[in-house]
Amino acid sequence: MDPQETKLALAARAVTKAFDGRQALDGIDFEVAAGEVVALIGPNGAGKTTLLSILAGISEPDSGEVSGDGVAWVPQQAALYRRLSVRENLLLFAHLQHDAGQTDEAPEAMVDRMLELTGLADRADDRVGTLSGGNQQRVNIAIGLMAGPSVLLLDEPSVGLDPAQRERLWGFVLSLVGEGTAVAFSTHDIQEAERYAERIVVVAEGDGLFSGTADELRQAVEAGGGPSGDLETSFLAFLRERGH
Amino acid sequence: MRWLLLKDLQILKRSPLQLTLLVLYPIVIALLVGFAMTRGSEDPTVALYNAMPAGESLGFGGEEVDGNEIRDQLCDRVDCVDADSTAEAKEMVESGEATAAVIVPEDLGEKIRSLASLTPQSPEIQIIVNGSDAVENRVTDDRIESMLGEANLLLAKRLSEGAKQYLDLILKGGQFDLLGQQIEVLGLQKSEQILKKIEPKLPPGTDKEQLQRAVRFAHLATDNLDLAGPLLTAITEPIKADKVEVGDQAPSLDTFAIGVTVAFALMFVTVLLVAGSLALEKEENAFTRLTAGLVSRIQILVGKVGLGTVVGFAVSLILMVGLGLFVGIEWGRTPYWLLALIFGAAAFSAAGAALGAAAREVRAATLAAVMICLPVALLSLVPDDAVGPAIETAINLVSALFPFRPALDAITGGLEISGPNVWLPLLHLAILTTAYSLLARLALRRF
Ligand SMILES: Nc1ncnc2c1ncn2[C@@H]1O[C@H](COP(=O)(O)OP(=O)(O)O)[C@@H](O)[C@H]1O
Ligand SMILES: [Mg+2]
Repeated sequence: MDPQETKLALAARAVTKAFDGRQALDGIDFEVAAGEVVALIGPNGAGKTTLLSILAGISEPDSGEVSGDGVAWVPQQAALYRRLSVRENLLLFAHLQHDAGQTDEAPEAMVDRMLELTGLADRADDRVGTLSGGNQQRVNIAIGLMAGPSVLLLDEPSVGLDPAQRERLWGFVLSLVGEGTAVAFSTHDIQEAERYAERIVVVAEGDGLFSGTADELRQAVEAGGGPSGDLETSFLAFLRERGH
Repeated sequence: MRWLLLKDLQILKRSPLQLTLLVLYPIVIALLVGFAMTRGSEDPTVALYNAMPAGESLGFGGEEVDGNEIRDQLCDRVDCVDADSTAEAKEMVESGEATAAVIVPEDLGEKIRSLASLTPQSPEIQIIVNGSDAVENRVTDDRIESMLGEANLLLAKRLSEGAKQYLDLILKGGQFDLLGQQIEVLGLQKSEQILKKIEPKLPPGTDKEQLQRAVRFAHLATDNLDLAGPLLTAITEPIKADKVEVGDQAPSLDTFAIGVTVAFALMFVTVLLVAGSLALEKEENAFTRLTAGLVSRIQILVGKVGLGTVVGFAVSLILMVGLGLFVGIEWGRTPYWLLALIFGAAAFSAAGAALGAAAREVRAATLAAVMICLPVALLSLVPDDAVGPAIETAINLVSALFPFRPALDAITGGLEISGPNVWLPLLHLAILTTAYSLLARLALRRF
């Protein structure tokens, strides 16, 4: 990625973070260009969530630099009040974002717009607890989108969804990219990364091992003498080769 | 922040179990305690066996105390049931038909009369109580004790009046009835006059000096014995005045019962609500989202403590008014106990917030709340004289660290002017509110 060519929406340089002496991030570099869709892929415990939460400004890195404006973060598990309705949840966060100066849009108008966007207008008065996982994730993401961010950070957005729900969710997310919002999402599903991301970043043990397209990943594996074939096999071989 | 508070109230409205608890708990408690207290203040039943011959007068020194007067006094304070023998009275107590029995022995009148004689005996009344009902026993004991006190007072007054008549007789002289015989008593005043008249007729010498001494004595004795009369009355009067005053005031047992009831309800409702509500923020994952640039941790904390204070205050106010239907609450002191409720609610809220922040899970927070509240509150109720000094110090320390005891003190002090000072426990509660809020803020770092 050439910063001269493309405007960066978000960048992290040499970020480290340790928990109780254990290194969760070990000097990782990461960047997202405007309007780009990037997948962060890696095994559990690789440091994906830690990286995303530092990018979102929720936690502080031990060292390194982070830059980016208009970053919205959507937590892995739906951060919603299950006893409140869809509309009540949206209205609460609309008010809070409005009061925090993140948006000038009137909360009620914002809620109507989000209900439209998520396609949940007819479920507006249902309690969130009664919605399917996919619909809960929509509301979850919608709250992240309220302030019109330039980058949306999604932490494992499709966990627990069946393939049909997952496809509908991505249809919804990618329609946003069309409007210029960059998306960085974490996953440990290589197929999801290949299907929806323009670029894949492989993370393991707090370090970035690779950045490029799915084809480039495949090529990198084969160049190293690894097996050719489907991307999942390549990915696992790639990790094994580097001792993960 | 009002959106957070509004949201919490909305969630509360949708939580049927919690809501039922919040609404029903104070009402049910108020009804239960109210009924228990009004029942407790009903007159206990006392079996009375009067072995004294009917209509016997307890007269002495010309003053009469009818045996029926004592009966009237007793039955004025308790419900009397007549028994025909000591055995029957005892049986009534054993069967629970009566909470106590009073046996008036045959010789009571005789013994009372003996008080005015040269060989006084102490008159005794036998009281039988059932040991199994501690609370009712206490009520009965109190009644009988106050009845005996008044009976004693009545006797003392009669005795002193009798004594005054004797004094008058000695002073002024007159007729005195002894075993049916009329005896003429000369009296000191007359003696003095007679002696004075004789004195000048006597030749000087030892006899004249003796006589002069007798005149001086008669004069002094008349003067001083004149004072003895009012003194005798004075001895009996102040005690009586005291008794009447105590009887008129609202018993502080009621105030204490109200205080304990309200403090318990306030504690449970507030601590459980705030601890659960804060832990819910974590459980619903909302905490990270809220603190990601929307609100500060302090604001969340203040919101929760505010929620607990508002709800706890409302619930305890309902309870207080509910209890007020059954027992006398001094409405003139409303500002004081309102302050106590508000400060108590705030302190319990802060404690709940610290618990919720430490537990991070609704179930764990609820369990911890019950497991901490209950024993500490019960410990706070242990009377000081029931344990040794070392344990007492330990209990006082634990009680001082938790808002229950200061809340109880503030409420009872607010209710009754003769109760504990209100301002000290209010200050204590304010300190606890601050301390627990700081603890909660600290725990939220790792929330
Ligand atoms: N709050 C935390 N406290 C202690 N260790 C943590 C914390 N968050 C993450 N870790 C540790 O940091 C490492 C990276 O975790 P995470 O970023 O959640 O990985 P991923 O999202 O890729 O599964 C793991 O070893 C995890 O146990
Ligand atoms: Mg993760």
